[in-house]
Amino acid sequence: MSTPTLDKHSAALDAAETTAAHTISVTFRIRRFNPEVSEDARWEDFQLEIDPKERVLDALHKIKWELDGSLTFRRSCAHGICGSDAMRINGRNRLACKTLIKDINPEKPITVEAIKGLTVLKDLVVDMEPFFQAYRDVMPFLITTGNEPTRERLQSAEDRERFDDTTKCILCAACTTSCPVFWNDGQYFGPAAIVNAHRFIFDSRDEGGEQRLEILNDKDGVWRCRTTFNCTDACPRGIEVTKAIQEVKRALITRRF
Amino acid sequence: MSAESTTAGATAAENVALYDADNPAPVIEAPRKRTRKTPRSTRTNFELYGWLFMRLSGIVLVVLVLGHLLIQLVLDGGVSKIGFAFVAGRWASPFWQVWDLLMLWLAMLHGANGLRTVINDYAQRDNTRFWLKMLLYTATVFTVLLGTLVIFTFDPNIR
Repeated sequence: MSTPTLDKHSAALDAAETTAAHTISVTFRIRRFNPEVSEDARWEDFQLEIDPKERVLDALHKIKWELDGSLTFRRSCAHGICGSDAMRINGRNRLACKTLIKDINPEKPITVEAIKGLTVLKDLVVDMEPFFQAYRDVMPFLITTGNEPTRERLQSAEDRERFDDTTKCILCAACTTSCPVFWNDGQYFGPAAIVNAHRFIFDSRDEGGEQRLEILNDKDGVWRCRTTFNCTDACPRGIEVTKAIQEVKRALITRRF
Repeated sequence: MSAESTTAGATAAENVALYDADNPAPVIEAPRKRTRKTPRSTRTNFELYGWLFMRLSGIVLVVLVLGHLLIQLVLDGGVSKIGFAFVAGRWASPFWQVWDLLMLWLAMLHGANGLRTVINDYAQRDNTRFWLKMLLYTATVFTVLLGTLVIFTFDPNIR
């Protein structure tokens, strides 16, 4: 990696000769669905020679670019920030761009499928609209009253720390689509919407907390959470999602009593 | 891919149920879709009180039920002592009447609310959900009323 640029060419050649030693044979079992061909989804296996230190996203690229151009998936930044490539890898929701092949047992076929609970449009692409609908419903923006200050709205470090965890959300939908309550009844707001409500409810500068709590007090709001911790396990940013949901519940209770 | 689609086109004549770009297969309806049948948000605290009730009644029930089991099954010769006279003797005291009444109401409401959330979580169709809940509510009301009636109108001199 730290080879000077002068040696780049020969280094690349050396690498090409020795790659055979680094790569292993991995089977990717991908859930394919194309409504223009069939109404049934099916599993398709792809055999790849790939470095186990590569990511699942690299493998998907390799399949799409070299084996089957019809494979469809979302990705934008490919570095775990945009939240486009959440998918169900070996039965768990993960970001394909943050999952190394060596970490998910490449000896067995690696299954890749679309996240559950949302309508699959093609292969690994789902309709995210219901997810964003729930996100919009909790009003994820600063709500204030009175005149705008002429300078920044200042906040102490402790006040900022209060909701720091939930600011990390990238809206990849890994949590919401790992939630069994959401799988069965998509009317539930889902962990991601609650996390983003939490981000503003506990922001000292925001004055719309009451409205958001009222929205989440709905029968499809926080009370449908069964604390299965699937969302916390699924979150690629390590947000303590279930804790955030419980804090919203506690805020609702203490507001009432 | 093009070879595949031509073969698909060739078999289309024989196979009627085939899809193409102009006629894609139907996809599953998206969740949270806003239709006319979507209920408006409720704006009540029912779920909040339900959630709180489960926690509080659960704590009380731990004492009531464990105490009940201990008295009925372990102390003083265990289950063999239970008979009409034993029940009559206990219900002569208002303390045990209140104990049993409280246990009946809390356990039934706790269990019914738990089952209600299970039905809400697991029932797939609106109709199934509605009728399961109706069955649940009927059974709950019947059991609670019957139990209450027995506790208050219990006659130890019955023949």
